[in-house]
Amino acid sequence: MSYQEKTISNHNFEECTKCTICTLYCPVMKVNPLYPGPKQAGPDGERLRLKNPWFFNYALKYCMNCKRCEVSCPSGVGVADLIQSARIKYDKSAPKLRDRMLASTDFMGKLARPVAPLVNFGTSLGITKTALDWTLGIDHRRSFPKYSGRSFESWLKKHASKQAAFPEQVAYFHGCYVNYNNPQLGKDLVKVLNALGIGVQLLDGEKCCGIAMITNGMSAQATKHAKHNVAVLGKAVDAGLKVVATSSTCAFTMRDEYRSLLGVDNSAVRDSILMATRYIYEKLENGAKLRFKPDFHLKAAYHTPCHMEKMGWGVFTERLLRMIPGLELTVLDSACCGIAGTYGFKKENYASSQAIGEELFKHIREADPEVVACDCETCKWQIEMSTGYTVMNPISILAEAIED
Amino acid sequence: MKQNEFDVIILGGGITGAGTHRDCCLRGLRSLLIEKKDIATGATGRNHGLLHSGARYAVNDPESAEECIRENMILRRIAAHCVEETDGLFITLPDDDLGYQKTFVDACRKAGIDAQIIDPELARRLEPSVNPALIGAVKVPDGAVDPFRLCAANMLDAQLHGGQVRLGTEVTGFIREGDRIVGVHTVDRRTGENADYYAPVTVNAGGIWGHGIAAMAGVEVGMYPAKGALLIFAHRVNNYVINRCRKPSNADILVPGDTVCIIGTTSTRIPFEECDDVAVTPDEVDLLITEGAQLAPALSSTRILRAYAGVRPLVSADNDPTGRSISRGIVCLDHAQRDGLEGFVTITGGKLMTYRLMAEQATDAVCRMIGVYKASYTENTPIPGSQVKSYEEVAGKIWEKPSAAQKSAASRMGTRAADISEGDASVICECEEVSAAELKLAIDRLSASTLTDLRRRTRVGMGTCQGQFCACRAAGLLAEAHGCVEKERRDLADFLQERWKGNFPIGWGDTLREAEFTQWTYKHVLGL
Repeated sequence: MSYQEKTISNHNFEECTKCTICTLYCPVMKVNPLYPGPKQAGPDGERLRLKNPWFFNYALKYCMNCKRCEVSCPSGVGVADLIQSARIKYDKSAPKLRDRMLASTDFMGKLARPVAPLVNFGTSLGITKTALDWTLGIDHRRSFPKYSGRSFESWLKKHASKQAAFPEQVAYFHGCYVNYNNPQLGKDLVKVLNALGIGVQLLDGEKCCGIAMITNGMSAQATKHAKHNVAVLGKAVDAGLKVVATSSTCAFTMRDEYRSLLGVDNSAVRDSILMATRYIYEKLENGAKLRFKPDFHLKAAYHTPCHMEKMGWGVFTERLLRMIPGLELTVLDSACCGIAGTYGFKKENYASSQAIGEELFKHIREADPEVVACDCETCKWQIEMSTGYTVMNPISILAEAIED
Repeated sequence: MKQNEFDVIILGGGITGAGTHRDCCLRGLRSLLIEKKDIATGATGRNHGLLHSGARYAVNDPESAEECIRENMILRRIAAHCVEETDGLFITLPDDDLGYQKTFVDACRKAGIDAQIIDPELARRLEPSVNPALIGAVKVPDGAVDPFRLCAANMLDAQLHGGQVRLGTEVTGFIREGDRIVGVHTVDRRTGENADYYAPVTVNAGGIWGHGIAAMAGVEVGMYPAKGALLIFAHRVNNYVINRCRKPSNADILVPGDTVCIIGTTSTRIPFEECDDVAVTPDEVDLLITEGAQLAPALSSTRILRAYAGVRPLVSADNDPTGRSISRGIVCLDHAQRDGLEGFVTITGGKLMTYRLMAEQATDAVCRMIGVYKASYTENTPIPGSQVKSYEEVAGKIWEKPSAAQKSAASRMGTRAADISEGDASVICECEEVSAAELKLAIDRLSASTLTDLRRRTRVGMGTCQGQFCACRAAGLLAEAHGCVEKERRDLADFLQERWKGNFPIGWGDTLREAEFTQWTYKHVLGL
């Protein structure tokens, strides 16, 4: 009948059948009684907010945006998107100074880089941590990522002509972390790709992907970044390049959050943005060869970051790692580490953050690997701080495993 | 006076009966209300929930229009927590005659309705869901009213003023002394017990069933039933009431009410035998969606929650088969004057909007008959819960942790929400955010004895899951209150069957998926 065809809902939140599976998979609900949970905060809350914005609940800020609710939803409801969109739409309170600082990873990196040793020394001191806790509400128990004195961008620019000589080319979205904190990871990627005969290019001036801005109430700035990045990504894609990333959150943000939370059309570039692990795995599957060190041995445990779960790409990293001869791999049961980017740095979230991560920490201690492999830098900070185990990006492990 | 003797007996627990009961109690009468089923089971609970400004009637029925706007303003004052002051739009679409707008606005102003012609562009800004093709718009003081809440609050106030209520009690006959009705024979439909009640006046406020009640008393009230079908959408598409600026027709009112919005209605004459079980047909669903999408195109891609129909108690005046041209005016019959039957009053016609005025007229008639000379003061007396200054403040008083249930309770109960501040904050109905405390209060104070009764008083089970999760939880509370699990098991089955009845006519897409899921849960997991 005609009306049956006509009235299929366009509203994603109406596809929720209230099965409540998402509440079982929500890491926050298990530890924080103040959080109403994904079903209430998402599709249920949406109806109430449409009735009256008064029903917006500030407890939605406890959502870590891990997207595990969306992964678990059998009806394909964008639960976390609903929650983050509601925060963007209804939370009109200005972000705190702390949140602005935490969110501005790009800006803070630029500030810290020239005086990196000083900053690193300063942030490792107990007194600095106490001061940050008191003045800004950044938890004093947190360890801070170290800054590097030289940015990855300036390093790669120096090697641009050498990279351009490779017959095949790929663009690299390095993100703030590689640029300011860990240029070595970028160099590791270059080493691996070069070994495959692929040269690495920078984008024409990338900006921070903006995820920390989105979750810290700075969506207007995030949208500016998104538009800029879509434009520079577009240039690379137009030139026939794939764009690889080593940070799962950067890749996920540009692929999914731009579109669903910021309303920025990324359709022209979305499918060309890949995790480096997926890109390399597919190359190897299609016959490309890497020369592995014959005597390489490492016991590693792979932790799948939440956003890797959401993209469904953990399997590529896992397969890639399994291709390394001499790598003894345990895949850890999927669980959130609890940091969720800037979330765990906040004093009010510290206890929840550590409680959420405890399950994962336990699995790691049980596996007792030499290193934990993980595609996400904030997971790395959390795991290293909370368990003492070293965490390496799978690309760095691969770089170590191949011949120089 | 004996236990079973009263000043007045009121038959019918709809809004007219509840309002009359309250007015009688406020005027100091000992009043008994008898209802066959539960409050608001007839037309009261089966309409749009539109707080008419009267604009719809302004052109054809100016008297009704004047009554509407007057009562509209009174209800905003005395029933604030039952009313949402949304305002409404009367839109002219390209197919409509824009010339009608002037006739309409003139008629509105004459009736005292503040109707303002606004620019179509402004209308699109005020109400983004409105059909963007509109060529004209008039803004009027329409609103939304929750009829269940209004009815329950009237009942509660009557109770607080000494009124008594027998729900689930059917009148089986009248007790006569010559040409006078002096009481009623009743049977309790749940226990089967018979009881007689006496009063010098009996008021027939039975809505469409008033026709049969009058016949039982031996008098003829020429009523005829006009069925109106409506659809409930799963969320609010619009925030203004949207009407068509043309001669009243089918499916031309879209009302935002609480968490949903409702499109209606149709108007079809049906036989009296069908009044107890009206079903919505596929043609009606088709018509409602097609016409509804003219008002707000988004309706054609919004999930439909339920279809339902009510029966208007129209009083015959001419031979119009649709009932559209009949006055919705109030009919208050003193059967002593009309038929020579003493002690019997019928109050009918009218509409939800004018219930208070109907109640006032009926109570005036009662007072006249028993020689009590007191004027009604319901016009200026707030019903319980409505003295709300700020919902934020009310919400803040219930429980410590801010939650959606707390805000929902405040918006549903108004100041009465203070009564649950000590209660159990566990959420029973997750879609509509109803707490255990709110349900327990409805069981204890608003005489709810089944799940359906609870639904009418609290919105439990009215959300998108249609009782899938809340029904068994709420059944647990009822079983505890009544100390009987077996009875509650049957009630649960009845409730789910009733929910399915509303899903059936629109059973496709997400609604069907959800209904299937409910069936699996109750049949296969819980073994019901």
